[in-house]
Amino acid sequence: MCLGVPGKIIEIDDSKELRMAKIDFGGIVREACLEYLPEAKVGDYTIIHVGFALSLLSEEEAMESLAMIREIINLEEELGEE
Amino acid sequence: MKYISEYRNADLVRGVIDEIARTVTRDWVLMEICGGQTHAIVRHGIDQLLPEEIELVHGPGCPVCVTPLEQIDRALAIAAKPDVIFCSYGDMLRVPGSSDDLFSIRAAGGDVRVIYSPLDAVKIAQENPDKEVVFFAIGFETTAPANVMSVMQAKMLGVRNYSILVSHVRVPPATHAILGSPENRVQGFLLAGHVCAVMGYWEYPDIAKKYDVPMAITGFEPLDIVQGILANVQQLEAGRTDIENAYPRAVTFEGNKAAQNMIAKVFRECDRKWRGIGTIPTSGWELRPEFDAFNAEKRFDVDAITTDESPLCIAGEILQGLKKPHDCVAFGKECMPENPLGATMVSTEGACAAYYKYGRGVE
Ligand code: SF4
Repeated sequence: MCLGVPGKIIEIDDSKELRMAKIDFGGIVREACLEYLPEAKVGDYTIIHVGFALSLLSEEEAMESLAMIREIINLEEELGEE
Repeated sequence: MKYISEYRNADLVRGVIDEIARTVTRDWVLMEICGGQTHAIVRHGIDQLLPEEIELVHGPGCPVCVTPLEQIDRALAIAAKPDVIFCSYGDMLRVPGSSDDLFSIRAAGGDVRVIYSPLDAVKIAQENPDKEVVFFAIGFETTAPANVMSVMQAKMLGVRNYSILVSHVRVPPATHAILGSPENRVQGFLLAGHVCAVMGYWEYPDIAKKYDVPMAITGFEPLDIVQGILANVQQLEAGRTDIENAYPRAVTFEGNKAAQNMIAKVFRECDRKWRGIGTIPTSGWELRPEFDAFNAEKRFDVDAITTDESPLCIAGEILQGLKKPHDCVAFGKECMPENPLGATMVSTEGACAAYYKYGRGVE
């Protein structure tokens, strides 16, 4: 229950008391509440906890940290080859 | 899916583990706070791939495990009442109380329902105006935004037959308790990424400085976890004690302000007992008195609870990083997932369940 799952916002419904969205979890679609992420848009990735979207996933940060990891690893390979 | 597959890439994970091995020069004990991370570590075998200098001990971040026995017994007493629909997250159903669990209450005719989101419980209350609908609001900072929103929603919609049985806990006071203990072995922390996604990490620099212990905010995929470990090891080897954000794609320093504000509107801090560990000052949240009408403990007279814990269970020591599941004499013998003596053998976030499922310390 405590585990957050990343999913993609595919539809937003502003017509009810609470701002709701349809979230695609790699093929499985479920509803989630967007009240805590007023800035979220369709197409954004978010982490869902018990039916609530709680943080947006930053593509920029994701790319940057992957690049950093690749750098660490390549550096190591280069050093190892010497 | 995007944001997942890259973070499960075995070559990248191995590369970071190699870097950890090249960095480490002496023994270090690290604790992952979150039980979700414990499961990921054991499931992906990260504990077995790490250089032997690094020991991982498992933290108290399993909401089901630390919910105090009194509160489970209270839940059972309320759920057994004939006019009550008792709603709970699924993982609570098999958690042993003193003599029963929610499953057996349901088998005996109690109306116990598993829900995905607490908003579902409010809906059930609207559809059943002649019943009392009670939701077992447990968890850390990650479930609090959802749980408080259900109360706000019930209040706004004028739903009078909805109440919550609160057993909320917070991570920062628990890290204080672990680090301040004379028996503490933990030298570095993997902080729970999703707790920080909600709360930010502005509460941790003071704790890191006070106990001179580095910390890294850590996600849940294998690559996230080894990165969190690397960030700790780099700091320990260099004699630094900072907070590093090893999960920047999901976590900011401030966290989710809207969620923090809503929590502060509905909850206030309180001392809270943790199952097997004891009371930790200011470690919990309870409903503010303005929300008494939604407080199940006020609505139902279930105060005279005497509890009875299995004398074999050492889950409290496991959750403080002092012992490992296979140190328990009952592990895999009297205590198994089908017949658990303690909550850590039940939950998908419990260390005993992880060790059992992935064969650590089982012959
Ligand atoms: S194995 Fe069972 S009895 Fe032993 S500590 Fe874990 S939950 Fe408690």
